[in-house]
Amino acid sequence: MLADKDRIFTNLYGLHDWGLEGARARGDWDGTKEILARGRDAIVDEIKASGLRGRGGAGFPTGLKWSFMPKESDGRVHYLIVNADEGEPGTCKDRDIIRHDPHKLIEGCLIAGFAMGAETAYIYIRGEFHHEANVLEIAIQQARDAGLLGDDACGSGWRFDIHVHRGAGAYICGEETALIESLEGKKGQPRLKPPFPAASGLYGCPSTVNNVESIAVVPTIMRRGASWFAGLGRENNTGTKLFCISGHVNKPCNVEEEMSIPLKELIEKHAGGVRGGWENLLAVIPGGSSVPCLPSTICNDVLMDFDSLKDARSGLGTAAVIVMDKSTDIVRAITRLAQFYKHESCGQCTPCREGTGWMWRIMERLATGEANVEEIDMLEEVSRQVEGHTICALGDAAAWPIQGLIRHFRPELERRILDRQVGGAAAAE
Amino acid sequence: MSEQFEFTADNVEKANAFIARYPEGRQRSAVMPLLDLAQRQNGGWLPDGAVETIAGILGMAPIRVLEVATFYSMYKLAPVGKHRINVCTTTPCWLRGSDEVVHACKTSLGIEIGETTADGEFTLAEVECAGACVNAPVVEIGDEYYEDVDAESMTRIIEALKRGEKPDPGSQIGRQTSAPEGGPQVLTGDVTVKQTKSGKAKE
Repeated sequence: MLADKDRIFTNLYGLHDWGLEGARARGDWDGTKEILARGRDAIVDEIKASGLRGRGGAGFPTGLKWSFMPKESDGRVHYLIVNADEGEPGTCKDRDIIRHDPHKLIEGCLIAGFAMGAETAYIYIRGEFHHEANVLEIAIQQARDAGLLGDDACGSGWRFDIHVHRGAGAYICGEETALIESLEGKKGQPRLKPPFPAASGLYGCPSTVNNVESIAVVPTIMRRGASWFAGLGRENNTGTKLFCISGHVNKPCNVEEEMSIPLKELIEKHAGGVRGGWENLLAVIPGGSSVPCLPSTICNDVLMDFDSLKDARSGLGTAAVIVMDKSTDIVRAITRLAQFYKHESCGQCTPCREGTGWMWRIMERLATGEANVEEIDMLEEVSRQVEGHTICALGDAAAWPIQGLIRHFRPELERRILDRQVGGAAAAE
Repeated sequence: MSEQFEFTADNVEKANAFIARYPEGRQRSAVMPLLDLAQRQNGGWLPDGAVETIAGILGMAPIRVLEVATFYSMYKLAPVGKHRINVCTTTPCWLRGSDEVVHACKTSLGIEIGETTADGEFTLAEVECAGACVNAPVVEIGDEYYEDVDAESMTRIIEALKRGEKPDPGSQIGRQTSAPEGGPQVLTGDVTVKQTKSGKAKE
């Protein structure tokens, strides 16, 4: 188990003061000026060396992403944008960072912003997180009042400020270009890429969008060194990670653990085990609703990291672990996700707008068995025609949970159809 | 043609502060905070007049403001109850019993999803993932999150609201935020660090 001394989010549960004084006592804002004095390239190199991969779901190397920003301004300003539009079903980690450790995020914004030549950051937080946004605004004002932000942030000579922008209930705004559109005062509909935001993002200016957790771990990495972070987890899957364990466990919780912890150990050590014991496990969605579920046989020894879960044909996603015991109607559980994606499709691309509805309606019938066996293949086919044929990844996210269900639970889908047919025939006699 | 809407003096000030967060000429970025401000001033929903007023302030065509107002689920274009009860029913909440919570709401309020009680006090809605999944089932009421809710606590919350009380938000089973039931198993010791000039925390 990860030792407390290696935990970054030492106020994860909100037991201590989230304000500036409390944050400083926990080590935040310590030597920030010296970190900035090391220069832009040194900071980007340190983050690259740490192996940090984006914590918002895609797992793209953070340092590399930063290095795509222009080294010199061509007259346009640069922006750092923090994605706090947390809404991937199963995921509730950024909320804890913002409400309990906001200064880690704010200090991270300064360091990341400086490293990318940005003088302004926008934090886009989902509208429902009303109190969390208030905490963040207060914490930002504390940092301004203490000279940590402003015309001479931390005495570094760098001008830097942060603004909070509240969303209003649209999952799609967690997609980086939809988020940018939304920040510009428009409907949150994703943009075609290229151009990527680093070339032309907010207001046509070079911009980088990072997840809350990715930015909030930066100050600690800079203080303790890339080698400390890289020494945790496995190669290419380094560091610590916030895990959200929900569903059929005895004690659902958030916890910071070492990357690559076995799934079984994570559930048993931190979440009180599966309800009714490990033998009662049916399936786990290991990385938020967008990734395919895994049956219990795979859960026995899979590791919680990008590569291990990719090898198992699922994904780490946001590391939101949704546990389902044997009492679960797994078809109904995935149908509810299909309904979610249908609701959240922005409607821009036809395969997603129409396909999410088709998939949901077929799933509704499969859940009750009111379908033909051939329709399972038809559903798979529809999901393949949505996947990869849309501007953003929402189409993929809608397709994958259904593909995972068919891959691992096809006999259950067939059984329901046959039961219904046999039952119908018996009733007709 | 439509209901007039004007921001109060207080809210004009707030609106200007929002607009100032964005670069000059980019005031359109403030459309979301202004819609929220108008909705709060107007009892939880946006009359046509608010769309037009905001369009005027930001120099936008009213249709562009309306487009935003209709795209995001938190903006309401018709009157809603004083207490807006939004039950999350997405899979993590569903696995923990959100069906029973919805049923308790319907029974206590005598309305279906999407309806408002005759006295205008309560509107019941089903929402997609509220982002508090380790404290499922989750119910948002206004700006508050009620967590670890079941049919019994949901009924108790609604009864308290009916009496004009403000029931305590957060975990309804006494959990410390997202820590496991029974209290945190990690980070139980002193979490302060000794600071050094080198900027490295001592272990």
